[in-house]
Amino acid sequence: MNAAYFVRRLVAVLLVLLTVSLAVFVITMILPGNAAVMILGEYATEDQLRALSEELGLDRPWHVQYLGWLGGMLAGDWGMSMRLSLPVTTVIGEAFWRSAALAAGALATVSIIAIPLGVAAAMRRGTGLDLGIGLFAYLGTAVPEFVTATLLLIFLAGPSSGLFPAGGYIPADKSLPGFLYHMVLPVATLSLILTAHIVRQVRSEMSDVLGSDYVRAARLKGLSEREVILRHALPNALAPAVAVISLDVGYLLGGILVVEEVFAWPGLGRLIIYALQNRDLPVIQAATLTLAATYALSNLVSDIVIAVLDPRVRYA
Amino acid sequence: MRDLLRHPTGVVGASLLLVIFLAVVAGPSLAPYDPQSFHPQARLQGPSATFWLGTDQFGRDVLSRILHGARATVLFGLGATLAGVSVGALIGITAGVAGRWIDSLIMRLLDGMLAVPDLLFTLLIVTVIGSSTGNAMLAVAVAFSPGMARIARSAVLSVRTRDFVQAAIARGESRAYIIGAEVLPNTIGPVIVEASIRVSFAIMLGATLGFLGLGAQPPSTEWGLMIAEARQFMFRNPWCVAAPGLAIAIAALGFNLFGDALRDILDPRGRR
Repeated sequence: MNAAYFVRRLVAVLLVLLTVSLAVFVITMILPGNAAVMILGEYATEDQLRALSEELGLDRPWHVQYLGWLGGMLAGDWGMSMRLSLPVTTVIGEAFWRSAALAAGALATVSIIAIPLGVAAAMRRGTGLDLGIGLFAYLGTAVPEFVTATLLLIFLAGPSSGLFPAGGYIPADKSLPGFLYHMVLPVATLSLILTAHIVRQVRSEMSDVLGSDYVRAARLKGLSEREVILRHALPNALAPAVAVISLDVGYLLGGILVVEEVFAWPGLGRLIIYALQNRDLPVIQAATLTLAATYALSNLVSDIVIAVLDPRVRYA
Repeated sequence: MRDLLRHPTGVVGASLLLVIFLAVVAGPSLAPYDPQSFHPQARLQGPSATFWLGTDQFGRDVLSRILHGARATVLFGLGATLAGVSVGALIGITAGVAGRWIDSLIMRLLDGMLAVPDLLFTLLIVTVIGSSTGNAMLAVAVAFSPGMARIARSAVLSVRTRDFVQAAIARGESRAYIIGAEVLPNTIGPVIVEASIRVSFAIMLGATLGFLGLGAQPPSTEWGLMIAEARQFMFRNPWCVAAPGLAIAIAALGFNLFGDALRDILDPRGRR
């Protein structure tokens, strides 16, 4: 791992965020109805609108507005939410950690389930187990989150079974068991789709590695099957799997939008949908940037992890 | 085509697609009832001999609604993918052929667009241009184009250094001939494979938009919208959710398997 590679990747991430910020700003500029109309309502007079537009700086050219907004974002002044009457930093900060809890839960579940399943399928290729896992993997990627979420809701949270709460959120500092209990169904929905995706990847990488010369050499050396798999095959199959998991963070972030909406989990996804429905521009801008930054940074982290796992990766 | 029928994944994928296309083409005439007609005596019923997949909260026949909704749902996926793929491939090929600073500029812009999750991207666009089926389709197409552009560009780049292109350059062929006759035909394969897999994502995205109330609007029988409308009554009749959900899964799975089989066949190196 050399420093120049790291710096180059970091610059690329910053460039991506700059592009996203510009795109998001332009999109919110062309949204029908500007901020002054949003604040004053549709019965405001022309004069009132003009006065407030001037006060908010909406009459300045767009690039001046953009630079002013970007400067504010960088300085930590993200503005006020128009609908919630709270600073955007507060609103996003709270929602972010609630979503992060779901994402972390899903990623942990997936790593525990998907990697062993993928390895098992690769080791027993062509057997019933392999076919079953393959079928599950294909089905999992073909059912959208909102269907899985709704079906889980019906069968595990319905009046007949009532195993889990149908939705909502309890802060962890109030009741940790309650917090975890409400997390089960959203995390299960997210994990199902990710597991399906990653199992396939781990299986195909692992079968490639198992057919390679160095695994044959390890077997011929007389190592036990356990050692061959854990010491020689798995580490080499993991690097590509990490790459896929990091790309799946994109799906995960999209999935969080839907899952939070279905299970009424007050995270970033629900906040974005609320802000979009209510045209809360500062929240839309900041929340979209936060999601993009999370995605870009997770890709950066995975690149570093891959470089550490697989020394053959060249820093180009 | 013969290869496809020998490929087990291809056979399953093609059969599922056959069922789906049958519903798209002949769905309305196969449907036993009018999808909008109420049967007040038989609301929220489970499957029976009269209503094979049960009825919804107004007593409308779920099977008939699904058969009618096949067009709205599947054609949405096909249309959005086709538009996104054409625009994306055009951008990607331009970048790959032009090279130098044009390529760098386009790629940086695409990197930025790819950093926003597809669903959020489509939600932003639909909020700007208003929610309707056509707008949702446009939004999905726009969200798809950066990814397609990347694939088309890398296909162009890998073809550019191949011997047959070098030979054409050495023969002194014109730039237009080389691009049209040598580069383009060889970049189509990866683009088609990716496109056929993307249709399944487009169908799921479209259904998700319908579910969130931002895509197809009532009284459409789009499958995502059907699930959204059934949610209030889901505990009384789970079939209203399960049946359209299964329909979406069959369509998505069909395109997914078909695309995977196509990839194996078109890319002999990956064949085992």
